[in-house]
Amino acid sequence: MEGLKNLFSTRWGIIGTGAVIGVLAALLQKMGNPGNMGVCVACFERDIAGAIGLHRAAVVQYVRPEIIGFVLGSLVAAYLFREFRPRMGSAPVVRFVLGAFAMIGALVFLGCPWRAALRLAGGDGSAIFGILGLIGGIWLGALFLRGGYSLGRTQSSYTSAGWVFPLIMIGLLVLRFVFPPIEGQDKSGVLFYSLKGPGAMHAALAVSLVVGLVVGFIAQRSRFCTMGAVRDFILFRQTHLLSGFVALIAAAFVTNLIVGQFHPGFAGQPVAHTMQLWNFLGMALAGLAFALAGGCPGRQLFLAGEGDGDAAVFVLGMITGAAFSHNFGLASSPAGIGPNGIPAVIIGFAVCLFIGLTMRQKVS
Amino acid sequence: MSTIVDARGLSCPQPVILALNAIRTGKDSELEVLVDTSTSRENVSRAAMSQGWEIVSLKEEGGGFRIGIRKK
Repeated sequence: MEGLKNLFSTRWGIIGTGAVIGVLAALLQKMGNPGNMGVCVACFERDIAGAIGLHRAAVVQYVRPEIIGFVLGSLVAAYLFREFRPRMGSAPVVRFVLGAFAMIGALVFLGCPWRAALRLAGGDGSAIFGILGLIGGIWLGALFLRGGYSLGRTQSSYTSAGWVFPLIMIGLLVLRFVFPPIEGQDKSGVLFYSLKGPGAMHAALAVSLVVGLVVGFIAQRSRFCTMGAVRDFILFRQTHLLSGFVALIAAAFVTNLIVGQFHPGFAGQPVAHTMQLWNFLGMALAGLAFALAGGCPGRQLFLAGEGDGDAAVFVLGMITGAAFSHNFGLASSPAGIGPNGIPAVIIGFAVCLFIGLTMRQKVS
Repeated sequence: MSTIVDARGLSCPQPVILALNAIRTGKDSELEVLVDTSTSRENVSRAAMSQGWEIVSLKEEGGGFRIGIRKK
């Protein structure tokens, strides 16, 4: 166990994690998940929001087992390595709002940093603008961090408090078992299902869940984070996390080539639009919000699995943000940005700047 | 008695920023950094070593860690 503990925190540990995620994501697409969306934390949380009726966009409703697996896989790893530490109380309402706007920005681009990487690895040229935006947003966040930005300290809490979010995930999984999809029906018990669109495209339940658990486990061990990858390079010129992110793109690219999923081009890419300014700005907003909250959407799930209640609040903010995105017409579609996407991005930037500028401690 | 950097309860990357700030002031050639998660322990250790410092002690304390680092 000690050896394994050290292995994951090495350079090869993080590269291995990124590579495994890249391969598994490409294979999940092969096995039924939507195009260039083998794994997308933002999209999948949005689908969960749809499945429980927080929004009613008919094409994006599904309880994604990958998300549940991420949290529970991390929980198992944290317990196995004595790293389950219930902690919370670092400006939770701010983290909720950051989560909401991170999701709103991500759904203007149509993907989280993970999917930006997978879109690139699938040949979608528009992803380049999203990734540039991500870097820009994180750069802005790094400026705030350098200037003393902080949401304050957490406090340790009850073991049961750390279990609340994993239990929510277990609850979702139970609902998925009790109310499985019924052929040709958009509702099963309390859960909504998509009959067409990305929400109707998914790998088998067991496959998605097992992949989620594996990814959750190795990502908890290696601290894989796509936002941290860029942030640590900007702040410290450190390439540790970055090598994991690059490995994800490379492994997904090679896997896509092998299974025939690499289709280079800009137009007609799956679940994507070509309004590049908004691809850039949507992802910049998301990147800034992730940087201010201290982790990419995947990392927030893994942190929530090891007992971080503030990360859990961020995730709940993202799920709520997804509901606003679709209810208020903020989310993009393959046809382009939503009717109210532009003001939402502007408001999001204003909110993030307000948070970044006003919440700082004097650097001692 | 070496200077203590208390980074407990702070989220990424603040423990690293605090430790690096303390290293870069150049006042001390020995520091103790308090963190509360294994992730912060790894990150602070990695950052210290990248600055040419070494880890001289590591103690589990109050559910967290006390990391002793020294300029080589």
